[in-house]
Amino acid sequence: MKLIEADGLSVAYRGHNVLQNVDFAIEAGEIVTVVGPNGSGKSTLMRALIGALRCEGTIRRKSDLRLGYVPQRLMIDAALPMTVNRFLDLPHKSSKAAKTRALKEAGGEHLAKRQMGQLSGGQFQRALLARALLNDPELLILDEPTQGLDQPGSAAFYQQIENIRNRRGCAVLMVSHELHVVMSASDRVICINGHVCCQGRPDVVAQAEEYRALFGTGTKGALALYRHEHSHAHHDRAADVPHLHHKDECTHDHV
Amino acid sequence: MFRISTIKTSAHTTMFDDFLMRAALGGVGVALAAGPLGCFVVWRRMAYFGDATAHAAILGVALSLALSLPVFVGALIIALIMAGLVLTLTGRGLTEDTLLGVLAHASLAFGLVAVSFVPSARLDLGAYLFGEILAVSKADLGVIWGGALLVIGLLIWRWQKLLSATLSPDLAWASGFNPDREKLVLTLALAIVVAVAIKVVGVLLISAMLIIPAAAARRFAPTPEIMAVLAAVIGGVSALGGLQAAFVFDTPAGPSMVVTAAVIFCFSLILGRKRD
Repeated sequence: MKLIEADGLSVAYRGHNVLQNVDFAIEAGEIVTVVGPNGSGKSTLMRALIGALRCEGTIRRKSDLRLGYVPQRLMIDAALPMTVNRFLDLPHKSSKAAKTRALKEAGGEHLAKRQMGQLSGGQFQRALLARALLNDPELLILDEPTQGLDQPGSAAFYQQIENIRNRRGCAVLMVSHELHVVMSASDRVICINGHVCCQGRPDVVAQAEEYRALFGTGTKGALALYRHEHSHAHHDRAADVPHLHHKDECTHDHV
Repeated sequence: MFRISTIKTSAHTTMFDDFLMRAALGGVGVALAAGPLGCFVVWRRMAYFGDATAHAAILGVALSLALSLPVFVGALIIALIMAGLVLTLTGRGLTEDTLLGVLAHASLAFGLVAVSFVPSARLDLGAYLFGEILAVSKADLGVIWGGALLVIGLLIWRWQKLLSATLSPDLAWASGFNPDREKLVLTLALAIVVAVAIKVVGVLLISAMLIIPAAAARRFAPTPEIMAVLAAVIGGVSALGGLQAAFVFDTPAGPSMVVTAAVIFCFSLILGRKRD
Protein backbone atom coordinates (compact mmCIF):
# COMPACT_ATOMS: atom_id res chain seq x y z
CA MET A 1 0.00 0.00 0.00
CA LYS A 2 1.43 3.36 -1.00
CA LEU A 3 1.38 5.98 1.73
CA ILE A 4 2.46 8.93 -0.38
CA GLU A 5 2.86 9.01 -4.09
CA ALA A 6 4.13 11.91 -6.18
CA ASP A 7 3.90 12.06 -9.95
CA GLY A 8 5.81 14.53 -12.08
CA LEU A 9 6.59 16.70 -9.08
CA SER A 10 8.26 19.99 -9.98
CA VAL A 11 9.11 22.81 -7.61
CA ALA A 12 10.42 26.20 -8.68
CA TYR A 13 11.88 28.71 -6.29
CA ARG A 14 12.45 32.25 -7.55
CA GLY A 15 12.39 31.11 -11.15
CA HIS A 16 14.89 28.38 -10.47
CA ASN A 17 13.80 24.79 -10.84
CA VAL A 18 14.75 23.01 -7.65
CA LEU A 19 12.95 19.79 -8.46
CA GLN A 20 11.94 18.63 -11.89
CA ASN A 21 9.57 15.88 -12.77
CA VAL A 22 10.19 13.70 -9.74
CA ASP A 23 8.24 10.49 -9.33
CA PHE A 24 8.24 9.15 -5.84
CA ALA A 25 6.36 6.66 -3.76
CA ILE A 26 6.79 5.01 -0.40
CA GLU A 27 5.14 1.81 0.75
CA ALA A 28 3.93 1.04 4.25
CA GLY A 29 6.74 -0.16 6.48
CA GLU A 30 9.51 0.78 4.09
CA ILE A 31 12.68 2.68 5.03
CA VAL A 32 13.70 4.96 2.19
CA THR A 33 16.71 7.23 2.28
CA VAL A 34 17.09 10.18 -0.02
CA VAL A 35 20.67 11.21 -0.72
CA GLY A 36 22.11 13.92 -2.89
CA PRO A 37 24.59 16.78 -2.88
CA ASN A 38 23.90 20.11 -1.20
CA GLY A 39 21.21 22.05 -3.02
CA SER A 40 19.99 18.97 -4.83
CA GLY A 41 16.44 19.45 -3.59
CA LYS A 42 16.34 16.79 -0.85
CA SER A 43 14.73 19.05 1.73
CA THR A 44 12.52 20.59 -0.94
CA LEU A 45 11.18 17.14 -1.73
CA MET A 46 10.39 16.54 1.96
CA ARG A 47 8.70 19.92 2.31
CA ALA A 48 6.67 19.32 -0.85
CA LEU A 49 5.53 15.96 0.52
CA ILE A 50 4.32 17.43 3.81
CA GLY A 51 2.39 20.08 1.86
CA ALA A 52 4.50 23.11 2.72
CA LEU A 53 5.32 24.08 -0.85
CA ARG A 54 3.43 25.05 -3.92
CA CYS A 55 4.38 22.59 -6.61
CA GLU A 56 3.39 21.23 -9.96
CA GLY A 57 2.47 17.61 -10.44
CA THR A 58 0.32 15.51 -8.19
CA ILE A 59 0.84 14.29 -4.66
CA ARG A 60 -1.52 11.61 -3.46
CA ARG A 61 -1.68 10.61 0.15
CA LYS A 62 -3.37 7.67 1.74
CA SER A 63 -6.49 9.15 3.29
CA ASP A 64 -6.00 10.26 6.90
CA LEU A 65 -2.31 9.48 6.70
CA ARG A 66 -0.72 9.91 10.11
CA LEU A 67 2.50 11.75 9.50
CA GLY A 68 5.38 12.28 11.91
CA TYR A 69 7.78 14.97 10.81
CA VAL A 70 11.24 15.74 12.16
CA PRO A 71 12.43 18.98 10.56
CA GLN A 72 15.99 19.63 9.53
CA ARG A 73 16.37 22.61 11.76
CA LEU A 74 14.26 24.11 14.44
CA MET A 75 15.29 27.49 15.71
CA ILE A 76 13.66 28.17 19.03
CA ASP A 77 13.99 31.83 19.87
CA ALA A 78 15.79 32.39 23.16
CA ALA A 79 12.81 34.46 24.26
CA LEU A 80 10.48 31.46 23.98
CA PRO A 81 10.56 29.28 27.09
CA MET A 82 9.75 25.72 26.13
CA THR A 83 10.21 22.56 28.14
CA VAL A 84 10.49 19.28 26.30
CA ASN A 85 7.25 18.18 27.92
CA ARG A 86 5.44 21.26 26.64
CA PHE A 87 6.96 20.85 23.20
CA LEU A 88 5.62 17.31 22.97
CA ASP A 89 2.11 18.73 23.39
CA LEU A 90 2.32 20.65 20.12
CA PRO A 91 0.11 20.84 18.22
CA HIS A 92 -1.97 18.14 19.96
CA LYS A 93 -1.93 17.43 23.66
CA SER A 94 -0.99 13.94 24.75
CA SER A 95 -1.26 12.16 28.08
CA LYS A 96 1.72 12.21 30.39
CA ALA A 97 2.12 8.46 30.02
CA ALA A 98 2.16 8.71 26.24
CA LYS A 99 4.78 11.44 26.37
CA THR A 100 6.98 9.43 28.71
CA ARG A 101 6.66 6.43 26.40
CA ALA A 102 7.52 8.44 23.31
CA LEU A 103 10.54 10.01 24.97
CA LYS A 104 11.74 6.60 26.09
CA GLU A 105 11.32 5.19 22.62
CA ALA A 106 13.28 8.09 21.16
CA GLY A 107 16.00 7.60 23.74
CA GLY A 108 15.38 10.77 25.71
CA GLU A 109 13.54 9.58 28.82
CA HIS A 110 15.36 11.94 31.17
CA LEU A 111 14.70 15.04 29.08
CA ALA A 112 11.06 15.77 29.92
CA LYS A 113 11.63 18.70 32.23
CA ARG A 114 14.58 20.26 30.41
CA GLN A 115 14.34 23.45 28.41
CA MET A 116 14.60 22.86 24.67
CA GLY A 117 17.19 25.62 24.41
CA GLN A 118 19.52 23.79 26.81
CA LEU A 119 19.61 20.51 24.96
CA SER A 120 22.60 19.26 23.02
CA GLY A 121 22.19 18.54 19.32
CA GLY A 122 21.55 14.85 19.92
CA GLN A 123 19.11 15.43 22.76
CA PHE A 124 17.26 18.00 20.67
CA GLN A 125 16.88 15.50 17.85
CA ARG A 126 15.50 12.96 20.30
CA ALA A 127 12.92 15.45 21.54
CA LEU A 128 11.91 16.16 17.93
CA LEU A 129 11.67 12.44 17.25
CA ALA A 130 9.58 11.81 20.37
CA ARG A 131 7.15 14.52 19.29
CA ALA A 132 6.82 12.93 15.85
CA LEU A 133 6.16 9.52 17.45
CA LEU A 134 3.29 10.80 19.59
CA ASN A 135 1.14 10.98 16.49
CA ASP A 136 1.51 7.19 16.13
CA PRO A 137 2.77 7.83 12.60
CA GLU A 138 2.30 5.53 9.65
CA LEU A 139 5.03 7.51 7.97
CA LEU A 140 7.95 9.13 9.74
CA ILE A 141 9.75 11.80 7.73
CA LEU A 142 13.17 12.90 8.95
CA ASP A 143 15.07 15.67 7.22
CA GLU A 144 18.79 15.24 7.90
CA PRO A 145 18.10 14.10 11.44
CA THR A 146 21.74 13.66 12.36
CA GLN A 147 23.01 17.04 11.30
CA GLY A 148 25.45 18.17 13.93
CA LEU A 149 25.94 14.72 15.40
CA ASP A 150 29.29 12.96 15.25
CA GLN A 151 29.57 9.68 13.42
CA PRO A 152 28.95 7.31 16.36
CA GLY A 153 26.04 9.53 17.37
CA SER A 154 24.61 9.33 13.87
CA ALA A 155 25.01 5.57 13.74
CA ALA A 156 23.23 5.23 17.10
CA PHE A 157 20.43 7.49 15.91
CA TYR A 158 19.87 5.49 12.73
CA GLN A 159 19.92 2.28 14.75
CA GLN A 160 17.18 3.77 16.89
CA ILE A 161 15.17 4.67 13.80
CA GLU A 162 15.45 1.12 12.54
CA ASN A 163 14.34 -0.23 15.91
CA ILE A 164 11.36 2.07 15.90
CA ARG A 165 10.40 0.89 12.43
CA ASN A 166 10.75 -2.74 13.42
CA ARG A 167 8.66 -2.23 16.53
CA ARG A 168 5.95 -0.06 15.03
CA GLY A 169 5.99 -1.11 11.43
CA CYS A 170 5.82 2.50 10.29
CA ALA A 171 7.42 3.63 7.07
CA VAL A 172 10.44 5.90 7.36
CA LEU A 173 11.55 8.45 4.83
CA MET A 174 14.76 10.25 5.61
CA VAL A 175 17.19 12.61 4.03
CA SER A 176 20.84 12.18 4.60
CA HIS A 177 24.19 12.96 3.13
CA GLU A 178 25.84 10.24 5.19
CA LEU A 179 25.12 7.47 2.77
CA HIS A 180 27.62 5.06 4.24
CA VAL A 181 25.98 5.29 7.66
CA VAL A 182 22.43 5.09 6.44
CA MET A 183 22.85 2.34 3.91
CA SER A 184 22.50 -0.65 6.18
CA ALA A 185 19.24 0.55 7.67
CA SER A 186 17.54 1.43 4.39
CA ASP A 187 15.29 -0.71 2.22
CA ARG A 188 15.76 1.64 -0.67
CA VAL A 189 18.05 4.52 -1.49
CA ILE A 190 17.05 7.31 -3.82
CA CYS A 191 19.69 9.60 -5.17
CA ILE A 192 18.38 12.95 -6.34
CA ASN A 193 19.96 15.96 -7.90
CA GLY A 194 17.05 18.12 -9.00
CA HIS A 195 15.62 14.94 -10.45
CA VAL A 196 15.81 11.29 -9.49
CA CYS A 197 19.25 10.10 -10.59
CA CYS A 198 18.96 6.54 -9.48
CA GLN A 199 17.46 4.38 -6.82
CA GLY A 200 17.68 0.86 -5.61
CA ARG A 201 18.12 -1.55 -2.75
CA PRO A 202 21.19 -0.68 -0.76
CA ASP A 203 22.60 -4.21 -0.86
CA VAL A 204 22.47 -4.16 -4.63
CA VAL A 205 24.10 -0.79 -4.69
CA ALA A 206 26.55 -1.70 -1.95
CA GLN A 207 27.80 -4.78 -3.77
CA ALA A 208 28.55 -2.80 -6.87
CA GLU A 209 32.18 -1.98 -7.33
CA GLU A 210 31.29 1.62 -8.13
CA TYR A 211 29.63 1.91 -4.79
CA ARG A 212 32.64 0.53 -2.93
CA ALA A 213 34.88 2.92 -4.72
CA LEU A 214 32.63 5.86 -4.06
CA PHE A 215 31.02 5.35 -0.71
CA GLY A 216 33.37 2.97 1.02
CA THR A 217 34.74 5.45 3.51
CA GLY A 218 33.73 8.72 5.04
CA THR A 219 35.23 11.55 3.05
CA LYS A 220 35.15 9.66 -0.20
CA GLY A 221 31.43 9.39 0.17
CA ALA A 222 31.03 13.13 0.39
CA LEU A 223 33.41 13.61 -2.49
CA ALA A 224 31.51 11.15 -4.56
CA LEU A 225 28.28 13.01 -4.08
CA TYR A 226 29.89 16.11 -5.44
CA ARG A 227 31.32 14.23 -8.33
CA HIS A 228 27.90 12.88 -8.98
CA GLU A 229 26.58 16.39 -9.20
CA HIS A 230 29.01 17.36 -11.89
CA SER A 231 28.83 14.25 -13.95
CA HIS A 232 25.48 14.60 -15.49
CA ALA A 233 26.52 14.04 -19.03
CA HIS A 234 25.21 10.55 -18.72
CA HIS A 235 26.06 9.36 -22.22
CA ASP A 236 29.29 7.87 -20.87
CA ARG A 237 27.44 5.92 -18.25
CA ALA A 238 29.27 2.64 -18.81
CA ALA A 239 32.57 4.35 -19.34
CA ASP A 240 35.54 5.13 -17.17
CA VAL A 241 34.01 7.52 -14.66
CA PRO A 242 33.05 5.63 -11.54
CA HIS A 243 29.40 6.25 -10.92
CA LEU A 244 26.75 5.24 -8.48
CA HIS A 245 24.28 4.50 -11.23
CA HIS A 246 23.51 0.89 -11.28
CA LYS A 247 22.21 -0.11 -14.65
CA ASP A 248 18.98 -1.68 -13.48
CA GLU A 249 18.24 0.98 -10.95
CA CYS A 250 18.21 4.09 -13.07
CA THR A 251 14.75 5.43 -13.52
CA HIS A 252 15.11 8.58 -15.50
CA ASP A 253 16.10 9.46 -19.01
CA HIS A 254 19.72 10.11 -19.32
CA VAL A 255 20.38 12.97 -21.64
CA MET B 1 -21.43 75.22 56.56
CA PHE B 2 -20.48 71.72 57.56
CA ARG B 3 -23.14 70.26 55.30
CA ILE B 4 -22.07 72.23 52.29
CA SER B 5 -18.45 71.31 52.67
CA THR B 6 -19.40 67.63 53.02
CA ILE B 7 -21.42 67.70 49.85
CA LYS B 8 -18.66 69.50 48.06
CA THR B 9 -16.05 66.98 49.13
CA SER B 10 -18.13 63.95 48.33
CA ALA B 11 -19.10 65.30 44.92
CA HIS B 12 -15.47 66.05 44.20
CA THR B 13 -14.26 62.66 45.39
CA THR B 14 -16.86 60.74 43.37
CA MET B 15 -15.99 62.46 40.14
CA PHE B 16 -12.29 62.07 40.86
CA ASP B 17 -12.64 58.38 41.65
CA ASP B 18 -14.60 57.88 38.54
CA PHE B 19 -12.12 59.19 35.98
CA LEU B 20 -9.19 57.60 37.76
CA MET B 21 -11.10 54.36 37.94
CA ARG B 22 -11.86 54.57 34.22
CA ALA B 23 -8.21 55.28 33.49
CA ALA B 24 -7.15 52.29 35.58
CA LEU B 25 -9.66 50.00 33.92
CA GLY B 26 -8.61 51.22 30.48
CA GLY B 27 -4.92 50.69 31.20
CA VAL B 28 -5.47 47.22 32.66
CA GLY B 29 -7.71 46.26 29.73
CA VAL B 30 -5.03 47.14 27.20
CA ALA B 31 -2.31 45.45 29.25
CA LEU B 32 -4.22 42.17 29.57
CA ALA B 33 -4.39 41.81 25.79
CA ALA B 34 -1.03 43.40 24.98
CA GLY B 35 0.93 41.14 27.36
CA PRO B 36 0.12 37.75 25.81
CA LEU B 37 0.07 39.15 22.26
CA GLY B 38 3.41 40.83 23.00
CA CYS B 39 4.85 37.39 23.78
CA PHE B 40 4.22 36.38 20.18
CA VAL B 41 5.69 39.66 18.99
CA VAL B 42 8.84 38.81 20.96
CA TRP B 43 8.95 35.11 20.02
CA ARG B 44 8.49 35.81 16.34
CA ARG B 45 10.70 38.90 16.34
CA MET B 46 7.90 41.10 15.10
CA ALA B 47 8.85 44.20 17.11
CA TYR B 48 9.32 46.35 14.04
CA PHE B 49 6.15 44.92 12.57
CA GLY B 50 4.31 46.12 15.67
CA ASP B 51 5.90 49.53 15.31
CA ALA B 52 4.87 49.83 11.67
CA THR B 53 1.30 48.84 12.45
CA ALA B 54 1.08 51.20 15.40
CA HIS B 55 2.62 54.15 13.62
CA ALA B 56 0.30 53.70 10.67
CA ALA B 57 -2.60 54.12 13.08
CA ILE B 58 -1.93 57.87 13.30
CA LEU B 59 -2.93 57.97 9.64
CA GLY B 60 -6.09 56.19 10.70
CA VAL B 61 -6.68 58.85 13.34
CA ALA B 62 -6.48 61.57 10.68
CA LEU B 63 -8.85 59.60 8.47
CA SER B 64 -11.34 59.11 11.30
CA LEU B 65 -11.37 62.77 12.22
CA ALA B 66 -11.72 63.88 8.60
CA LEU B 67 -14.62 61.50 8.02
CA SER B 68 -16.12 61.93 11.51
CA LEU B 69 -15.69 58.24 12.27
CA PRO B 70 -14.76 56.90 15.69
CA VAL B 71 -10.95 56.99 16.05
CA PHE B 72 -10.99 53.26 16.79
CA VAL B 73 -12.53 52.45 13.39
CA GLY B 74 -10.10 54.46 11.28
CA ALA B 75 -7.10 53.22 13.26
CA LEU B 76 -8.21 49.60 12.93
CA ILE B 77 -8.71 49.88 9.18
CA ILE B 78 -5.36 51.55 8.53
CA ALA B 79 -3.53 49.20 10.89
CA LEU B 80 -4.99 46.24 9.01
CA ILE B 81 -4.04 47.72 5.64
CA MET B 82 -0.54 48.39 6.90
CA ALA B 83 -0.14 44.87 8.24
CA GLY B 84 -1.41 43.47 4.95
CA LEU B 85 1.04 45.67 3.06
CA VAL B 86 3.95 44.39 5.12
CA LEU B 87 2.91 40.77 4.63
CA THR B 88 2.68 41.17 0.85
CA LEU B 89 5.84 43.23 0.46
CA THR B 90 8.21 41.03 2.45
CA GLY B 91 10.44 38.77 0.48
CA ARG B 92 10.70 41.03 -2.56
CA GLY B 93 14.35 41.89 -2.64
CA LEU B 94 14.51 44.00 0.51
CA THR B 95 15.11 42.37 3.85
CA GLU B 96 12.16 42.41 6.15
CA ASP B 97 14.08 44.55 8.61
CA THR B 98 14.75 47.29 6.07
CA LEU B 99 11.26 47.16 4.64
CA LEU B 100 9.69 47.47 8.07
CA GLY B 101 12.07 50.29 8.93
CA VAL B 102 10.90 52.16 5.86
CA LEU B 103 7.22 51.46 6.46
CA ALA B 104 7.25 52.14 10.20
CA HIS B 105 8.71 55.59 9.86
CA ALA B 106 7.11 56.51 6.56
CA SER B 107 3.68 55.68 7.93
CA LEU B 108 4.31 57.83 11.00
CA ALA B 109 5.44 60.74 8.81
CA PHE B 110 2.49 60.31 6.46
CA GLY B 111 0.18 60.21 9.46
CA LEU B 112 1.63 63.38 10.96
CA VAL B 113 1.32 65.20 7.65
CA ALA B 114 -2.24 63.94 7.21
CA VAL B 115 -3.16 65.05 10.71
CA SER B 116 -1.98 68.59 9.92
CA PHE B 117 -4.84 68.87 7.43
CA VAL B 118 -7.38 68.12 10.14
CA PRO B 119 -7.56 71.15 12.45
CA SER B 120 -9.24 69.35 15.34
CA ALA B 121 -6.57 66.66 15.42
CA ARG B 122 -3.81 69.21 15.11
CA LEU B 123 -4.89 70.66 18.41
CA ASP B 124 -4.36 67.55 20.45
CA LEU B 125 -1.84 65.63 18.41
CA GLY B 126 -0.04 64.77 21.64
CA ALA B 127 -3.08 62.86 22.81
CA TYR B 128 -2.83 60.50 19.86
CA LEU B 129 0.93 60.18 20.02
CA PHE B 130 1.22 59.57 23.76
CA GLY B 131 -2.30 58.68 24.80
CA GLU B 132 -4.77 60.45 27.01
CA ILE B 133 -5.73 57.87 29.53
CA LEU B 134 -7.22 60.32 32.00
CA ALA B 135 -9.82 61.24 29.36
CA VAL B 136 -11.01 57.67 28.82
CA SER B 137 -14.81 57.73 28.61
CA LYS B 138 -17.28 54.98 29.39
CA ALA B 139 -17.69 54.40 25.65
CA ASP B 140 -13.89 54.16 25.30
CA LEU B 141 -13.86 51.58 28.08
CA GLY B 142 -16.40 49.53 26.16
CA VAL B 143 -14.22 49.62 23.05
CA ILE B 144 -11.02 48.85 24.97
CA TRP B 145 -12.46 45.90 26.90
CA GLY B 146 -14.38 44.63 23.89
CA GLY B 147 -11.20 44.66 21.81
CA ALA B 148 -9.07 43.23 24.61
CA LEU B 149 -11.45 40.34 25.28
CA LEU B 150 -11.68 39.65 21.55
CA VAL B 151 -7.88 39.45 21.29
CA ILE B 152 -7.58 37.26 24.39
CA GLY B 153 -10.32 34.99 23.07
CA LEU B 154 -8.60 34.78 19.69
CA LEU B 155 -5.28 33.86 21.32
CA ILE B 156 -6.82 31.20 23.56
CA TRP B 157 -8.79 29.71 20.67
CA ARG B 158 -5.76 29.44 18.37
CA TRP B 159 -3.13 28.96 21.07
CA GLN B 160 -1.81 25.51 20.16
CA LYS B 161 -1.68 26.32 16.46
CA LEU B 162 -0.18 29.76 16.99
CA LEU B 163 2.54 28.24 19.12
CA SER B 164 3.27 25.41 16.67
CA ALA B 165 3.42 27.81 13.73
CA THR B 166 5.71 30.09 15.74
CA LEU B 167 8.13 27.22 16.41
CA SER B 168 8.27 26.11 12.80
CA PRO B 169 5.95 26.65 9.84
CA ASP B 170 6.93 23.21 8.55
CA LEU B 171 5.74 21.54 11.75
CA ALA B 172 2.41 23.23 11.15
CA TRP B 173 2.21 22.04 7.56
CA ALA B 174 3.14 18.50 8.55
CA SER B 175 0.38 18.55 11.17
CA GLY B 176 -2.08 19.53 8.49
CA PHE B 177 -2.69 23.21 9.07
CA ASN B 178 -1.59 26.38 7.33
CA PRO B 179 0.83 28.53 9.38
CA ASP B 180 0.04 31.57 7.21
CA ARG B 181 -3.46 31.55 8.64
CA GLU B 182 -2.01 31.77 12.14
CA LYS B 183 0.10 34.71 11.03
CA LEU B 184 -3.08 36.42 9.87
CA VAL B 185 -4.69 35.78 13.25
CA LEU B 186 -1.76 37.49 14.96
CA THR B 187 -1.88 40.37 12.49
CA LEU B 188 -5.57 40.88 13.16
CA ALA B 189 -4.99 40.74 16.92
CA LEU B 190 -2.19 43.26 16.60
CA ALA B 191 -4.36 45.68 14.64
CA ILE B 192 -7.10 45.41 17.28
CA VAL B 193 -4.70 46.04 20.16
CA VAL B 194 -3.20 49.03 18.36
CA ALA B 195 -6.64 50.48 17.68
CA VAL B 196 -7.83 50.17 21.29
CA ALA B 197 -4.53 51.22 22.84
CA ILE B 198 -4.27 54.60 21.11
CA LYS B 199 -6.38 56.27 23.77
CA VAL B 200 -4.34 54.72 26.57
CA VAL B 201 -0.68 54.94 25.55
CA GLY B 202 -0.78 56.55 22.08
CA VAL B 203 0.69 55.21 18.85
CA LEU B 204 4.33 55.82 19.79
CA LEU B 205 4.33 53.68 22.91
CA ILE B 206 2.02 50.81 21.95
CA SER B 207 4.99 48.67 20.96
CA ALA B 208 6.44 49.25 24.41
CA MET B 209 3.34 47.82 26.08
CA LEU B 210 3.60 44.80 23.80
CA ILE B 211 7.28 44.07 24.21
CA ILE B 212 8.43 45.23 27.63
CA PRO B 213 6.02 43.18 29.80
CA ALA B 214 6.75 40.09 27.67
CA ALA B 215 10.48 40.65 27.94
CA ALA B 216 10.20 41.14 31.71
CA ALA B 217 8.19 37.92 32.03
CA ARG B 218 10.73 35.82 30.14
CA ARG B 219 13.15 35.29 33.00
CA PHE B 220 10.49 33.90 35.30
CA ALA B 221 8.68 31.66 32.85
CA PRO B 222 9.45 27.99 32.19
CA THR B 223 6.64 27.58 29.64
CA PRO B 224 4.99 29.82 27.04
CA GLU B 225 1.71 29.84 28.96
CA ILE B 226 3.29 31.07 32.16
CA MET B 227 5.12 33.73 30.19
CA ALA B 228 1.88 34.94 28.59
CA VAL B 229 0.04 35.14 31.92
CA LEU B 230 3.00 36.84 33.62
CA ALA B 231 3.25 39.36 30.77
CA ALA B 232 -0.41 40.23 31.26
CA VAL B 233 0.11 40.62 35.03
CA ILE B 234 3.26 42.72 34.59
CA GLY B 235 1.46 44.87 32.02
CA GLY B 236 -1.46 45.36 34.41
CA VAL B 237 0.84 46.26 37.31
CA SER B 238 2.70 48.69 35.04
CA ALA B 239 -0.55 50.34 34.02
CA LEU B 240 -1.70 50.81 37.61
CA GLY B 241 1.76 51.74 38.89
CA GLY B 242 2.28 54.20 36.07
CA LEU B 243 -1.06 55.81 36.69
CA GLN B 244 -0.25 56.16 40.37
CA ALA B 245 3.15 57.64 39.54
CA ALA B 246 1.58 60.05 37.06
CA PHE B 247 -0.80 61.21 39.77
CA VAL B 248 1.90 61.59 42.43
CA PHE B 249 4.62 63.17 40.30
CA ASP B 250 2.30 64.96 37.88
CA THR B 251 3.84 63.24 34.87
CA PRO B 252 2.11 62.15 31.63
CA ALA B 253 0.24 58.90 32.29
CA GLY B 254 1.02 56.86 29.15
CA PRO B 255 4.80 57.34 29.31
CA SER B 256 4.72 56.76 33.09
CA MET B 257 3.14 53.35 32.50
CA VAL B 258 5.90 52.44 30.05
CA VAL B 259 8.55 53.72 32.49
CA THR B 260 7.05 51.48 35.18
CA ALA B 261 7.17 48.49 32.83
CA ALA B 262 10.78 49.28 31.98
CA VAL B 263 11.69 49.45 35.67
CA ILE B 264 10.04 46.05 36.23
CA PHE B 265 12.02 44.72 33.27
CA CYS B 266 15.27 45.94 34.89
CA PHE B 267 14.33 44.20 38.14
CA SER B 268 13.58 41.03 36.20
CA LEU B 269 17.13 41.09 34.87
CA ILE B 270 18.48 41.24 38.40
CA LEU B 271 16.00 38.93 40.12
CA GLY B 272 15.17 36.44 37.43
CA ARG B 273 17.22 33.30 37.23
CA LYS B 274 18.47 32.83 33.75
CA ARG B 275 17.27 29.37 32.89
CA ASP B 276 19.25 28.74 29.77
